[in-house]
Amino acid sequence: MKRSRTLWWGGVAVIATLPLGSAALSAPVPPPAAGTISGKATYTGTPPKMKPIDMAKEPNCVTQHPTPVMTENVVTEPGNTLRWVVVYIAAADTAAPAATETVRYDQKGCQYLPHVAVMRVNQPLDIYNDDPHSHNIHPLARVNPEWNKSQPKGAPPIHATWEQPEFIPVKCNIHPWMHGYFVVLRTPHYSVTGEDGSFSLAGLPPGTYTVTAWHEQFGTQRQDVTVGSGETKTVSFVFTARPY
Amino acid sequence: MRPHSRLLALLSGLGLLLGGPAVARAQESHVGAITGHAVRGQQLYRRYCVGCHGKAGDGLGENAMWIDPKPRDFTAAVFKCRSTPTGALPTDEDLFNSVTRGFVTTNMPPWRPLTPQNRADVVAYIKTFSARWKTARPVTPITIPPEPAVNIASILHGRELFQRLECWKCHGPAGHGDGPSAHELTDSKENPIRPYNFETGSRFMCGTTNQDLYRIFMTGLDGSPMPSFADQVRPAEAWDLVHFLRTLQTLDTPEAALWKQWLATHAGELKPIGPEGGQQ
Repeated sequence: MKRSRTLWWGGVAVIATLPLGSAALSAPVPPPAAGTISGKATYTGTPPKMKPIDMAKEPNCVTQHPTPVMTENVVTEPGNTLRWVVVYIAAADTAAPAATETVRYDQKGCQYLPHVAVMRVNQPLDIYNDDPHSHNIHPLARVNPEWNKSQPKGAPPIHATWEQPEFIPVKCNIHPWMHGYFVVLRTPHYSVTGEDGSFSLAGLPPGTYTVTAWHEQFGTQRQDVTVGSGETKTVSFVFTARPY
Repeated sequence: MRPHSRLLALLSGLGLLLGGPAVARAQESHVGAITGHAVRGQQLYRRYCVGCHGKAGDGLGENAMWIDPKPRDFTAAVFKCRSTPTGALPTDEDLFNSVTRGFVTTNMPPWRPLTPQNRADVVAYIKTFSARWKTARPVTPITIPPEPAVNIASILHGRELFQRLECWKCHGPAGHGDGPSAHELTDSKENPIRPYNFETGSRFMCGTTNQDLYRIFMTGLDGSPMPSFADQVRPAEAWDLVHFLRTLQTLDTPEAALWKQWLATHAGELKPIGPEGGQQ
């Protein structure tokens, strides 16, 4: 239930803010210097603890990790920073060319690498199995079609594209601890927070933008930010952490 | 206004009063020579299907909480038994066959007591619960080549595939649905679900024939943990897997007879299935 609500709001965010960006992007001549929106994602409250994953069912994967892999749905660091937050401008950038470079997604050591993969609508996605055993890759899409494919050891990459923007949870049914996200966006302006919670959206024409920050467990936040020519604006997103 | 057009106008007016939204009345299904109509299907659905699948088609009927696996949510438009590739909508005929056949090991009974026309009408109505039936591009069913003759080489190769594709991880080394991943499987709504136990009987989840079995693992059962193997198995190999899977049943099939006969003298030559089986 929690998941579907998050997805729904994500969809609304994408649609609702379309006109803002289009207005901002009809830039006057000569073109002004691009602006940047950067900042950090942090939390208040008590986040759930990262837990070690028991991979005993797949001995190959146990040997691949000298120390156990930790769960990644909430990754926090000292200073209350939050990892795997997707920060983006929901408005479609009509001037931006279609994304043609292929996004790579790996299944390695019974883990998804990266945990959150961001791609644009219709951008090619290649899914690799680097493990010496089978995985089944099962994107639980609701707006896009849900599919489920087996990928045994040594099988070629699975090619995929997504036609609609959506936050798609990905799982492997054989190894139920494997959990990741495909985040499909229309905009080329996005950033995923790293370990220090920082993000940066560069190359923005001057204008007012609705900046959206999404976290798989703590939901979605939005802020309106105005960037001038060549300006760098700092924005903070503070999520309320719930322990469960 | 001619008399019959007046009658039509009156009927469509009645339809507006009695029927659901305009889209519900317009939806049709085509099964062979039969055309199903949603407006008639709605009446049947509200009598026979609503208890489990719910008035809104969301699988939350009043019986749903007592049922496991859960009734299908038609608003998601994700269906297990299809002739189409994974991720695609089923054909009208696929839905018709599912309604006719019911689902083994679930609470969905066969609906043969309804006439074929009735079943086609229900199928048309089921298609009104998701906009995907209007927006998705039609997808052609997978092609199934003619089945080659059963022989020991085919069964043995099928057995190798069962090991290499790791079917046993869920279905168990002997096909009893007790593999190492079996007890943690969930469907796409996070409800626990069991892998198929080949010892159960003569019915598979989507039919009883070798062709049905071929279709099940090549298309996958969408919404369940069962993936599609279409990209991993060549058509000839797929028939080998079908022949081996038949030997896991407790039925007198030609495959089982041949297998028993061969095993009587060669059982010692087989590598085990499962984690100790390695790469065969």
